[in-house]
Amino acid sequence: MKIPLTIKETQDGLIKKEFSAVQLVDAYLERIKKYNEEYNIFLTTSDEIAYSKAKKFNDLDQYTEEFFKENPLAGVVVGYKDIFLTKGIRTTAGSKVLESYIPPYSATSVSRIENAGAIPIGKLNCDAWAHGSSGENSDFGPTKNPWNKEYVPGGSSSGSGAALAANMSLITTGTDTCGSIRLPANYCFSVAIKPTYGAVSRYGVIAMASSLDTVGPIGRTVEDVETVFNVIKGEDGYDGTVVNSKFEIRNSKLRVGIPKEFFTEGIDPEVEKTITLGIEVLKKEGIEFKEVALPSTKYAIDVYYVIQPAEVSSNLGRFDGIRYGNGRDSFGDEAKRRIMLGTYVLSAGYYDAYYLKAMKVRSKIISEVDKVFDEVDALIAPVAPTPPFKLGDKVSDPLTMYLTDVYAATANLCGIPSLALPSGFSKQGLPLGFQLMGSRFSEPALFELGKLYHKAIDYVPKVAF
Amino acid sequence: MKNTLIPIIGLEVHIELATKTKLFCTCSADHFSKKPNTQVCPICMGLPGALPYTNYEAVISTIKFGLAMGSTINLFSKFDRKHYFYPDLPKSYQISQYDLPFCVGGNFAGKRIRRVHLEEDTGKLVHETIDGVKSSLIDFNRSSVPLMEMVTEPDFHDIESIISFLKDVQLIVRYLGISNADMEKGSMRLEANISLANSEQVIANKLPNYRVELKNINSFKFLEKAASVEIKRQTEALEKGEELVQETRGYNEVKQSTFSQRSKADAHDYRYFPEADLPPIELSELIIKNLQLTIPELPEQKRVRFEKEYELSKDFANILVSDLDRANYFEEALRQAQSKFGQGATLSARTIADLMINRKLDQEFPEPAGLVKKIIELTSVAYSSNEEVENAVKSVLIENEKAVSDYQTGNGNVIGFLIGMTQKKLQGKGNPQIVREKLLEGIQK
Repeated sequence: MKIPLTIKETQDGLIKKEFSAVQLVDAYLERIKKYNEEYNIFLTTSDEIAYSKAKKFNDLDQYTEEFFKENPLAGVVVGYKDIFLTKGIRTTAGSKVLESYIPPYSATSVSRIENAGAIPIGKLNCDAWAHGSSGENSDFGPTKNPWNKEYVPGGSSSGSGAALAANMSLITTGTDTCGSIRLPANYCFSVAIKPTYGAVSRYGVIAMASSLDTVGPIGRTVEDVETVFNVIKGEDGYDGTVVNSKFEIRNSKLRVGIPKEFFTEGIDPEVEKTITLGIEVLKKEGIEFKEVALPSTKYAIDVYYVIQPAEVSSNLGRFDGIRYGNGRDSFGDEAKRRIMLGTYVLSAGYYDAYYLKAMKVRSKIISEVDKVFDEVDALIAPVAPTPPFKLGDKVSDPLTMYLTDVYAATANLCGIPSLALPSGFSKQGLPLGFQLMGSRFSEPALFELGKLYHKAIDYVPKVAF
Repeated sequence: MKNTLIPIIGLEVHIELATKTKLFCTCSADHFSKKPNTQVCPICMGLPGALPYTNYEAVISTIKFGLAMGSTINLFSKFDRKHYFYPDLPKSYQISQYDLPFCVGGNFAGKRIRRVHLEEDTGKLVHETIDGVKSSLIDFNRSSVPLMEMVTEPDFHDIESIISFLKDVQLIVRYLGISNADMEKGSMRLEANISLANSEQVIANKLPNYRVELKNINSFKFLEKAASVEIKRQTEALEKGEELVQETRGYNEVKQSTFSQRSKADAHDYRYFPEADLPPIELSELIIKNLQLTIPELPEQKRVRFEKEYELSKDFANILVSDLDRANYFEEALRQAQSKFGQGATLSARTIADLMINRKLDQEFPEPAGLVKKIIELTSVAYSSNEEVENAVKSVLIENEKAVSDYQTGNGNVIGFLIGMTQKKLQGKGNPQIVREKLLEGIQK
């Protein structure tokens, strides 16, 4: 069977009885079996659970539009980044430390997605502990980009991006601490929302850097991503930082800012060109653009690389060798690097010079960004400075690797939402795109802009093979 | 002349709050002698992905305690992570408060309070021999139970004042209903920072340049022994001209001496930083004012009131107030007695207190009603019999014809005079209520 590429196509197919939920699971698992060895996208598949869920939904007569209103993700096959706890299904965080860990409970987002009718197909490869921008830090080997397997799929939610490009799942979940949802989406021709910090519960998602971590969906259309976002957002009584917000569109006529600092040196001409074209398209659709200044964002990546390791060193302390099977010697190099760096910046005598100073600069960046959102509803920016790079290119140079996220850090430091949108392909045939950031809880405005843009360019979802 | 050395002691008092659920999850906080690891969940076991979620009952308890200590309540406070490794600390950090505790400053029982903050308790290690193998087991029932910590200024100079202060704290905590503060059950724990100042330092109001932290004090008896041994050790050392160092010491009950556990050089670097998983807590003046209103009558106020309102002696008032259940029992018995006897409240109050304290009748009768019944029994024996009263009333009515006719023409006040005359005849042994009844009966005949 031909696997549908969007939630709408899937649910229309079920209504028209073109296929059953079990046939869908068959088709996805068949592809996974066929291509996973080559691309290393799934770490675990949950065949049994997928089939038992699909069988529950296999009565084709139940599928009506009414049914899908109550079960918005019915029939939707989902893959989770392997940092989302799934009760009874192995969860490794991409690390050997948790090689055999089977959690006794599920993340809030996982429960909500499944309560909405989704069928869990498996757990997706990622950089160990979500540390990385390429997927190459996974202790279970790198994931390859389905658009060209010489290239990285982007990280740290590497399997989450690649699974969409390889048509192994209809939607996936990811976490974004500094671009880890947006980058794989960008490098795999997918749509993703990095939500507002405090919009979606982090409960049951293995923590990387607690003040920066966000949980969000990746899909092939803005509509699909919006649907999943609406399923997972809101208070759960487990994550104290989550608030129920109104999620309003503030203005009927949306204005977009172009931060001049994001378009200076280091940006690849093809990346810059796709954004310029995007601006032209949106201008024709009546969106107003203006240049804005965010002078302190040039410190964002530096600030990030103080705060994030500090929080990482704290969060990874619980893997102390007493529980979970493997000891701290099972940590990979990148985790060790961050634990040491974080421990150092929090140590007595260094705290003020590093952590406290970074927090002050973070406040400064937040106030600058807040002020800009008085003038505009969104900001347009690259997701990464370049299109996907080759596997192995940056592995030996962590600093160069860190700079992949130079445009991502601002949204995480400020806790603002950002929508990553595919826009086209490079001359080499690799995916291109950009991100639209908004003020806190302005996701609906970003979705509107995204839909407007995709409609204007006649966007159609694509898979690599 | 020999240099006089004065002990300078500051306290860190830990009190486990008696909230229904733990500080950051919904497991029961009542962990004492429960089967190990039966009151645990992903949150208090620190499992991957689990997040803390603040139990505001514990925050309110802490603020109430701070208000009772005369502390200033921070309108903006937050939790911080305190890092150290120990098997009973499953997250490798304890959620505590560092630079912005809920309560700062204060003064209680004449001692200055530095701060009161809230943190989570740890699990517990249990050492057992299992199948012949010495094993260390971890019980997480206590993990994440709310623990309130009060730090005092170094205002104590002798052990007696520490004990009396702690007893006052214990009492106030029980009055607030926020904990039993039971040292034996570990719901009140103590650390004492002890150093000795010489007269020069005392005159210059300077603290000694070292202090010894005496850890894990779990009873008043233990405190008395450990602290006096430590003061003696420091006195002898300083008199010999030795230099004392900053360190943490424990007490060996068998050897009756303290021993060094950790020197300053090995002091932990706790790497405190803000707990991002919990939003900061913002309070308004109005909330604090409202919390202030919920604070019940505290022991000192009750003591004063008992002395004034019931004319109890200082000793009686003290004894009753030092146990809230007893104080409440007393007032309830009094209320019931008054509704039975009507007048003579002062007499009944003292009688009740006396029966409770000297004859321990409150232990015999768990319900105040039982005590009141007993009082009626006891006191009715002392009263003149009905026959005696009737005879006395008869003669009083005959001897005081004028008063009787005054009463009959509407001067009700004379009844008091007639009661007085009757009591005189009965040598004061008449039950006032019965005397009154019989007089009225007689007049109306």
